[in-house]
Amino acid sequence: MSDADLDTLLDRHRRDPARLLQILREAQDPLGWLPRETLAGIARGLALPYARVLGVAGFYSFFRTEPAGRYRVLWSDNITDRMLGSQELMAQMCRGLWIEPQRVSEDGLVSVAATSCTGMCDQGPALLVNGRAVTAMNAERVGAMVELIRAGAALRDWPHEWFAVRDNIRRQDILLGHQLVPGEALAAALARGADATLAEIDAAGLRGRGGAGFGTGQKWRATRDADGPARYVVCNADEGEPGTFKDRVLLSAHADLVFEGMTIAGRVIGAKLGLLYLRGEYRHLQESLEAILMARRAAHLLGRDILDVPGFDFDIEIHLGAGAYVCGEESALIESLEGKRGTPRIRPPFPVTHGYLDRPTAVNNVETLAAACLIARHGGAWYAGIGTANSAGTKLLSVSGDCGRPGIYEYPFGVSVEQVLHDCAAEHTLAVQVSGPSGTCLSADEFGRRLAFEDLPSAGALMVFDASRDMFEVARNFAHFFAHESCGFCTPCRVGTTLAARLMEKLAAGHGSPHDLNEMYKLQRLMQAASHCGLGHSAGNALADTLNKFRPAYERRLKSLEFEPAFDLDAALSQARQMTGRDDAAAHLANRGGQ
Amino acid sequence: MSKAERGNSFLLDGEEIPFDPGQTVIAAARAAGKYIPHLCWHPEFAPHGSCKLCTVKAGGRHFAACTLAATPGMEVENRSAELDDKRRTLLQMLFVEGNHFCPSCEQSGACHLQATAYELGMMSPHFEMLYPDRPVDASHPDLLLDFNRCILCELCVRASREVDGKNVFALSGRGIRTHLVVNAVSGRLADTDIDAADRAASVCPVGVILKKRRGFAVPIGKRRYDAQPISEDGGD
Repeated sequence: MSDADLDTLLDRHRRDPARLLQILREAQDPLGWLPRETLAGIARGLALPYARVLGVAGFYSFFRTEPAGRYRVLWSDNITDRMLGSQELMAQMCRGLWIEPQRVSEDGLVSVAATSCTGMCDQGPALLVNGRAVTAMNAERVGAMVELIRAGAALRDWPHEWFAVRDNIRRQDILLGHQLVPGEALAAALARGADATLAEIDAAGLRGRGGAGFGTGQKWRATRDADGPARYVVCNADEGEPGTFKDRVLLSAHADLVFEGMTIAGRVIGAKLGLLYLRGEYRHLQESLEAILMARRAAHLLGRDILDVPGFDFDIEIHLGAGAYVCGEESALIESLEGKRGTPRIRPPFPVTHGYLDRPTAVNNVETLAAACLIARHGGAWYAGIGTANSAGTKLLSVSGDCGRPGIYEYPFGVSVEQVLHDCAAEHTLAVQVSGPSGTCLSADEFGRRLAFEDLPSAGALMVFDASRDMFEVARNFAHFFAHESCGFCTPCRVGTTLAARLMEKLAAGHGSPHDLNEMYKLQRLMQAASHCGLGHSAGNALADTLNKFRPAYERRLKSLEFEPAFDLDAALSQARQMTGRDDAAAHLANRGGQ
Repeated sequence: MSKAERGNSFLLDGEEIPFDPGQTVIAAARAAGKYIPHLCWHPEFAPHGSCKLCTVKAGGRHFAACTLAATPGMEVENRSAELDDKRRTLLQMLFVEGNHFCPSCEQSGACHLQATAYELGMMSPHFEMLYPDRPVDASHPDLLLDFNRCILCELCVRASREVDGKNVFALSGRGIRTHLVVNAVSGRLADTDIDAADRAASVCPVGVILKKRRGFAVPIGKRRYDAQPISEDGGD
């Protein structure tokens, strides 16, 4: 990128260090990667230390500080993608392009690698090509894509249907079936007044939809009452939990409701700026979301003196993430919004008093803000009458895996897992992973449990596994996910997730012993007790759950009932065999495994 | 009237520890001469909370003592078998993620990591070694960087930023690939503005940042933790 182009880019972002992620992303676009000189230019332009800019670029998966191919293909590597054949398709693509995975081809044309779940679990196998989401991959599409890449065809000339992302709404209730027109809920909130609107949110019993279930009214009140020169509303659309895609659908089908919820929150807490943190994987939504924001400004639903209320100023900015699951944690998200590495902060203090720019900030889930609109319009008592006593309202569920009708299901809180399985046409179900890898793995005897804060609190993901599946492979996929996504700040999570992933590989290679299963529990207990944030606390959950409930899946892989080293002497000789071109019996150690 | 008599005290393994309002558990313990194992905490710097060696238990929950505000009457469990066992595992994790060859390390005997491992009776690395590839940086005339020993405590990052006003160090990468970088486009320490007299050059608790031409000035056997264990020395 030329100095002049970089200057223009920096000026467009007001040379604001808080916009570092947005700047890095745009600066990366021309080449597909960030040369050191570009990082140095950005550092100078923002008056930041070079090492700080390098540190941020090195943190996020979608920033590259090494040369990358002109085409960068990233296969979504959630277990649901794998169950739909993603690994075979990725291998087919690599063969077709004559490349090894994770490496740039010698001619600099293309690289093919895996990435964490891209949130297309209901329409996988999915991938990202140069940051654009592609769904429903199959062998035919892989073949055609290989040809287009080899021909150097521009993405705009690729078949448009490859980039189609469907909403797949299977069941709607009060939220997805709402009849509100833009501005209706906001007008109701303004007519009622800020304090009375907050009282309705309280009366509704609205709790955070990200999974933790903190009272929304309580959060808004704490933010409103905290001292600070400015307050902020942040919408957490960093929907990175594998198996979760409801926020993508809300932002695709009901973005007005989300933006209106943010505006109402702004009115209640006294904020003038709202920030939507959109995960980088959902970049395809950015253009339409910006268009909706423009339309709302034109309709006086954003900007100055909103709906002609003097002094009611509020606007919304979209910040794109760059591939980091940990940024779904609210304090890491705020660090990322400030243009930093996504390392969770020490808490307390909490964002309600010390959030964005150390000012009072209400961080809410996409679904929470949408629900706030319904409450503003229809009142708290109406909302509280839906769902259960402790979990008011409805919940969006992202359903994927082994079922006939994957997609989005909206139910009143309290629905049983069994009911959902029936409705999504799941058969011979062996297990359901609720709320993603960090959640809970249910076996068949638990399908009577209910989705509600008092039983199964959840961000709303259900990944279904039928009797043909191997739960060890599920847990192995999750272990690698956490090792890849650990931010690296604290010892137990940074090292523990890697050791757990390596243990799973040891078991997968047939070198495991009961000792290793105990080691797994030990790692899980340590990560749960000593980690810095929720990622580490929950990183071992799926391992422990599957060990407890599907132990035979592990045990049949154990080589012996005694200790087994991970080191395999015969395998260690493979390089020597490769160099000498030998693979005959005499080039292998005799008596392998005591046979 | 003492602080304890005013009610500002808590119990650490059953012993009463006075504290000032706003003080953390580890700082109050340190002031009272009580040792809570730690690596990334340093009394001159704001709490960081990354190494988790100072994990204690209060009210049945685990907390990092360096970020836990002391409150009157709280009961804190510190050197219990369970917590020391967790700390040993954390130490083993730090040993296997880097390349720590104590017998050939210039910092041996003055290293907080080694001394803490002795204190807690860590007898082996236990886990599979990860053997990361971390080339040394010998470019600077007065300082050597041996990244093999880095435990990512960020004390040098903080010292350079807060005391020296220079930002010589930062972390890059993520997860197990997190690593220390220096503030030069070349990636070489020689091209930064660090000076051997900087606080950042002397704050490393392990053997990453070493002063050249000073090797073995203090012979093995006469070093800091040869004289007394880290629990009596305080460890900072």
